[in-house]
Amino acid sequence: MKQTDVVVIGAGAVGSALARELSKYDLDVTVLEKNEDLGGDSSRSNSAIIHTGYDAKPGTLESQLVVAANPMYDKIARDLDVPFKRIGAILPAFTDEQFAQLPALKHKAMMNRVYDVEYKTGAQLLEMEPNLNPSVKGGLYIPRESIIDPFLLCIGLAENAADNGVHFLLGTKCTGIKVEEGGVTAVETTAGTIATKYVVNAAGLYCDEVAGYVGKNDYYVTPRKGQFYILDKNTSCKVGMIVLPIPTKVTKGKLMCPTIHGNMLVGPTAEDMLDKTDKSTNAEGLASIAADVSKMIPGVNLRDTITQYCGLRAQRNPEGLNIDIYDDLARYVNISGVRSTGLTGSVAIAKYVVDLMLENGLRATFKTNFNPIRHGTPRFAELSAKERAELIARDPRYGNIVCRCETVTEGQICDAIHRTLGARSVDGVKRRLRAGMGRCQGGFCGPRVIEIIARELGISPEEVRKNEPGSEMLTGAVRE
Amino acid sequence: MKQIYDVIIVGGGPAGLAAAVGAKKEGAKDVLIVERDVSLGGILEQCIHPGFGLKTFGEELTGPEYARRYIKEALDLGVEYKLGTMVLEVGDNSVTGVNREDGLFVAEGKSVILAMGCRERTRGAIATPGTRPAGVYTAGAAQRLINRQNMMVGKTAVILGSGDIGMIMARRLTLEGAKVLAVAEIMDYTAGLTRNRVQCLEDFNIPLLLNHTVVEIKGKQRVEGVVIAEVDPATKKPIAGTEKLYECDTLLLSCGLIPENELTAAAGIRINKITNGPDVNQFMQTCKPSVFACGNVVHVNDLADNVSEESERGGRYAARYAMGKLPAGKEIPTVPEGNVRYVCPQRIAPDFPATLFFRAAKPEKGAVVRVLADGKEISSRKLIKINPGEMEKVTVKPEDVSGAASLTVRVD
Repeated sequence: MKQTDVVVIGAGAVGSALARELSKYDLDVTVLEKNEDLGGDSSRSNSAIIHTGYDAKPGTLESQLVVAANPMYDKIARDLDVPFKRIGAILPAFTDEQFAQLPALKHKAMMNRVYDVEYKTGAQLLEMEPNLNPSVKGGLYIPRESIIDPFLLCIGLAENAADNGVHFLLGTKCTGIKVEEGGVTAVETTAGTIATKYVVNAAGLYCDEVAGYVGKNDYYVTPRKGQFYILDKNTSCKVGMIVLPIPTKVTKGKLMCPTIHGNMLVGPTAEDMLDKTDKSTNAEGLASIAADVSKMIPGVNLRDTITQYCGLRAQRNPEGLNIDIYDDLARYVNISGVRSTGLTGSVAIAKYVVDLMLENGLRATFKTNFNPIRHGTPRFAELSAKERAELIARDPRYGNIVCRCETVTEGQICDAIHRTLGARSVDGVKRRLRAGMGRCQGGFCGPRVIEIIARELGISPEEVRKNEPGSEMLTGAVRE
Repeated sequence: MKQIYDVIIVGGGPAGLAAAVGAKKEGAKDVLIVERDVSLGGILEQCIHPGFGLKTFGEELTGPEYARRYIKEALDLGVEYKLGTMVLEVGDNSVTGVNREDGLFVAEGKSVILAMGCRERTRGAIATPGTRPAGVYTAGAAQRLINRQNMMVGKTAVILGSGDIGMIMARRLTLEGAKVLAVAEIMDYTAGLTRNRVQCLEDFNIPLLLNHTVVEIKGKQRVEGVVIAEVDPATKKPIAGTEKLYECDTLLLSCGLIPENELTAAAGIRINKITNGPDVNQFMQTCKPSVFACGNVVHVNDLADNVSEESERGGRYAARYAMGKLPAGKEIPTVPEGNVRYVCPQRIAPDFPATLFFRAAKPEKGAVVRVLADGKEISSRKLIKINPGEMEKVTVKPEDVSGAASLTVRVD
């Protein structure tokens, strides 16, 4: 039987951040992920914002950890080579009623110790964001709200953890947890049993099911659907910051912001669902995005949509971020209620959890050879002419552009496949490099990417998947 | 490779090849084609069906056969070419490209011809809700996989949109043993050529559902089905209660083509809002005098033969420009009116003959095409029928146009 010190269940943002935090210690760590690739479920379909926590419920663990996490991102993004930008957010008020809410919203930010939130007049906001509805009366400016590449954040954290010795078992589902004499001793998986000293449940959307294996499911998780539009980089009406609506009691509302790669992102909806696997968009939800966002940005042009997607937030019932250890169940940590702020909070949650484990009996010392730096795949599109020429001189495959919309080369695709925890599918290549994420949505590069994956992995083209088993792109050869 | 050319052509498909032939015949010495694919011929290489060449060669050829003729002619005339080469930037007199052998390079040209063709409208652009499984392809991507890469895309398919590639792929899938359940078209007429409707759908008993669209894609990993609904012909909105599930593993999209003008726009060349291509005159000259454009990058054609004709002409004028033999002069705009969606060229030099290509906005029977110079009729022709899927043309002579401030093409 495989033996390990800590099993982390889930390789979303929280699981990956935990893996990296644990990799700083002399521990044997194994991460289980039911999906075939990193990034979990919610962590890869969201608004890609690194929040400040200005609007969290003051005094909560979520407030504490999200507020603490935000300043950590400059260094993490640099160390892990993850695109990240502090572009700031505005919260414009258009009606008298909304305007009257601003002092209370600012007070909440102060209670959360986000002291750099500022009031701006309508004229100031229009100068900052000329495409705002000119009826804007005033609003708040939250300078440290930021945008990130959410795929590369998870991948960067996990890759760096793996380079520092953490084992990742992808496509491996946790099916049970063995408890003996009041403490966890092993994890059962679809790939066999793993004996372990510690178990951390970072299963996000499915954390209630995992908690159920040890009888700690005194809560349940429902998916809250969020649908988004992605607009073309050339869309006629853009914003430079994150434009947030004044929240209502039900939801934070629908926003518009640039993505780190220059597209416009518009959404999300908030629909409470039951099926945790239903990631479909629907006409009603998409129509509601158009109606709501155009109140703030009247010129928003959804005809410039290049794709739409749906993410599922893990809504805990009762709600709230909870990180629990138990008197009657030794060496088990349960993380639940990681919702839309989870991408941001992940890196602080990881530190909090590891500290909690050390405080409660985990014995570990730091590794002397921990390397915090990850060198990502070169981003050809962002390089200067000189850097491009050098790269091609070193490896001619960087001279072959496969994805024309996002200027992704064959060299990059080969690197993404062969590096630590590399891409195994068309979506895996897409998430790491953006091949197929541009305006032609893989119409040009799709057939070529399938060929390269098959060649590099030594499999037949019909074995190449979009992502999970069952998503094979092709059904076989046309003729023998 | 030389560093200075008379004419550099971006794209080695039907437009680029014909432009190269035209430029050489006109006397250009050094002509270079820059092509991103592994062979010349462009989209023709995957169009293995017949129907090409009737106008140009008076016989029916397949796409690759048609391409071979132009490739042979271009090479016989001494046209140079680079394959596997992506152009990153176009200047007034230069092209920046990248490939495995040369790395990043700049080639200078006295004139530059844009011949990048077009791309297909995607699922995102038509905003079809549902899941995002494997098995959703644009018709052209499926055509490449099947005809060039020998890879089958699915077993049971629905096709959304009745563009020419969609109808041709309906037949192709059927011939390769797949079942095509239906072709759904949101308009009340087919988007592509009548001959394709007859030869690709009717001859194979493939149902064509006019006034229908796909309202939902189902399936978590691979497509498991699509929901098709009837639309209100006036509003194009789905009619509640008409939804029907078609169980299939593949959805092909043939919902229109968009000229591929990223390089054009980045070069600061004016793009027409209706054609999505650069504004040109009858010499296929853009608003930058040294930059020409031809083929589907200018406006989407329905026949390769038309692309070749237009591009050979563009190549000839680009060569004349390179040799200092294309004088700049007064130009007047061409204006679409009535049932005319656009006219290309968008402006003409009135002292030279010009052929005006145009498309109708909607199908019409017994329509009359009239050309007016400053409101005065200079020609008129009755058509049996006019269809947005088929391009029409009229020719104007300098003596009819002289002195006019604008030229109007009208269909009523």
